[in-house]
Amino acid sequence: MPPERTDSIASRLRGLGPLTGLILLCLLASFLNPEFATVDNALNVLTRTTFTGIIAVGMCFVIVGGGIDLSVGSMAALIAGCVILLMNTLGAHGVAPGMAVVIGASGAVLLGSVLGLAHGWLITRGRIEPFIVTLGTLGIFRALLTWLADGGAITLDNELADAYAPVYYGALLGVPVPVWVFAIVALAAAAVLQRTAYGRYVQAIGSNEQVARYAAVKVDAVKLGSYVMLGAMVGVATLLYVPRLGSASPSTGLLWELEAIAAVIIGGTALKGGSGSIAGTVVGALLLSVIGNVLNLTSFISIHLNAAVQGTVIIAVAFMQRRQR
Amino acid sequence: MKTLGFHAIAKSFGPVPVLHDVSFELAAGRAVGLLGENGAGKSTLMKILAGYEAPSGGELLLDGAVVRFNGPRAAEGAGIAMIHQEFALAEALTVAQNVFLGHEIKRGWWLDDRAMRAATTQLLAQVGLTCSPDTPVHALSLAQKQRVEIAKALQRRARVLVMDEPTATLTRAEAEQLFALVDRLKADGVTLVYISHKLEEIERLTDEVIVMRDGRFVTRAPTAGLSRAQMASLMVGRELSDLFPPKTTRPTAEPLLKVQGLTVPGWAHDMSFEVAPGEILGFAGLVGAGRTELFEGLVGLRPGATGQVEIAGQAVHITSPREAADLGLTYLSEDRKGKGLHLDFGLRQNLTLMTLSRYARPWLKPADEAQALKRAVDEFGIRAGSLDVPARSLSGGNQQKLALAKVLHPGPRIVILDEPTRGVDVGAKRELYGLIQRLAADGLAVIVVSSELMELIGLCHRIAVMRAGRLQTVLDAADATEDLLIAHATGTH
Repeated sequence: MPPERTDSIASRLRGLGPLTGLILLCLLASFLNPEFATVDNALNVLTRTTFTGIIAVGMCFVIVGGGIDLSVGSMAALIAGCVILLMNTLGAHGVAPGMAVVIGASGAVLLGSVLGLAHGWLITRGRIEPFIVTLGTLGIFRALLTWLADGGAITLDNELADAYAPVYYGALLGVPVPVWVFAIVALAAAAVLQRTAYGRYVQAIGSNEQVARYAAVKVDAVKLGSYVMLGAMVGVATLLYVPRLGSASPSTGLLWELEAIAAVIIGGTALKGGSGSIAGTVVGALLLSVIGNVLNLTSFISIHLNAAVQGTVIIAVAFMQRRQR
Repeated sequence: MKTLGFHAIAKSFGPVPVLHDVSFELAAGRAVGLLGENGAGKSTLMKILAGYEAPSGGELLLDGAVVRFNGPRAAEGAGIAMIHQEFALAEALTVAQNVFLGHEIKRGWWLDDRAMRAATTQLLAQVGLTCSPDTPVHALSLAQKQRVEIAKALQRRARVLVMDEPTATLTRAEAEQLFALVDRLKADGVTLVYISHKLEEIERLTDEVIVMRDGRFVTRAPTAGLSRAQMASLMVGRELSDLFPPKTTRPTAEPLLKVQGLTVPGWAHDMSFEVAPGEILGFAGLVGAGRTELFEGLVGLRPGATGQVEIAGQAVHITSPREAADLGLTYLSEDRKGKGLHLDFGLRQNLTLMTLSRYARPWLKPADEAQALKRAVDEFGIRAGSLDVPARSLSGGNQQKLALAKVLHPGPRIVILDEPTRGVDVGAKRELYGLIQRLAADGLAVIVVSSELMELIGLCHRIAVMRAGRLQTVLDAADATEDLLIAHATGTH
């Protein structure tokens, strides 16, 4: 048997692949349009990455654990619609705008967790494939939002929107609030995945669920936890996103599942689970939003083809990784 | 085909040589037993023969002419087929579809199902299988699937048949049927290369043995002139002193684990037994007798188990492996690759998985885990090139030692070892027996489930025999013989 090292140089270089790609893309972009390499643009790109980036961090846990969640875009839309309705109602009943926003934002995280819990429950207790469960809820969540919005948009009342705006538009030490949240979420998630028993259990289940079960790991609880966490992350992403537009419509969060799953896969996590990297996922998310940004700043490819370019990138990355699996 | 020759065959995986300069010839129509410990290079050599691997050096000679196979299909074309330990059958397809997979009979553009079915019926008769050619493969037993594999090889007109551990998952009766088939194939002039750890099978089936050690050809000799002990010492390369360490006297202490009327729905009925600290209790029975399922039920891996369980005099109700482990009861699965170890994980992560809370406060301490691994490597004699390798890269015997270290890491008072030496070579077996004896000497209550009767007789104080989910008898090992155990296991006592 050839001795293979788990931390061989080759696997380290492999881990650097997405980062190399990101750096090359940035160099290319600044060459094509000098506007790219400005602090303003960098912060703009970072801020736009936060929504799908935060979701991708949660998605990383689910995928490492051998699962998938296709519904995150629809879930974000539904959460956005529900919390706007909640805040508007609170506002109409005389609750102070600041208070209404705090309740609404907490409600987003809570609702996300509950929806994630429902996923986890159906998957573990109901013994239904995660692909099927979340394909179903992908339709259900978006249809519910469309129904609540009566086919149009649910808009946050002006007073509330003003109170809420700093969550998206505010900055701390020159860095926008969402970027701070993204950084904290990613660092915490990386620590949990790599340095806690829970993270090790998630990897163990994704690598071989039976072995984990026989090793006295509480498989169902760990899996359930990963979906709840992803749901909470969708809630966090949504609470950051709502003040940006101040409304929710049937097109809110459209294709976020594509970006979130793509970010995880581009970051070097195997779709079959077992191992993965939060850092890689963050790089993957950045890479995808830089692509969008470059399409915006240059005129070679229409921005309307953004999802097509992202889709091509994920297929290309999977193609390059296929020998390593 | 008259002769098959290996000439100076060498093979390396990356920088690691696994075969060195292997040369020998096989005459047609002979049955050869290929002997060697795990890692001796037997399977690699046979994979080269069957076209699954290309040699790094040397050549294969067929009737004196050099041949090069670029895949198993090319080897099949030359009449060489290999029956793997894990079958290469498409579970969802029918027997006939599997037998003709890749070699379908066609009429113009269309498959000629009628001709393939008729031919399959004939082949099935040849291998002694009575099922319909339209049976889906997933509906067959392991023994029947093996027959289908052989029928497939016959369809390819195989003149050389390589069988790698063919009886590993068969019951004794099924194995006897297989031997009868092998005899018929031999009579038809098929050259047979037979790999097995079970020396009595080598004795029963082969004309000659070829011994390999550390990737080299060691010797060949007519089977008739060799005793099993001689074969074993040729494989290990040293005189094999007694395989089993001397037994301790059976302890007279109060039972540590007491099970009464345990029923695991569909598998085990009304099972009652007890084990004392320091005692090794064996469980014998045919495949399907419900031994594995009984203990999976006991530790909470199968739902719906009912009955009374006492640990150290305390009534307990176990619903999950976690509860079992917390009560000091752990279970080593018979299925090392599917249930025992994370092959992609490092040794450290495997070792500590059942006890991770010990290393999390709340952040994991990899340095502490690494220390624990170092201790386990010493204590269990795990041989690994480096401690950073994934479990996959260990040999079978060392994987098994790691799996044993893993279920002992929580520090259980009672440990259930299901087939603790399956697929492990003689040398590693001996070490594992020593380790198991030591556990009992340290005061653990040990239960050993095994299909190797010699192992149970040599290792245990008492042996329980199960048949069709029920306890037949519990024998003192001193009174047990293989024949007696078989008689109880088959209900012919």
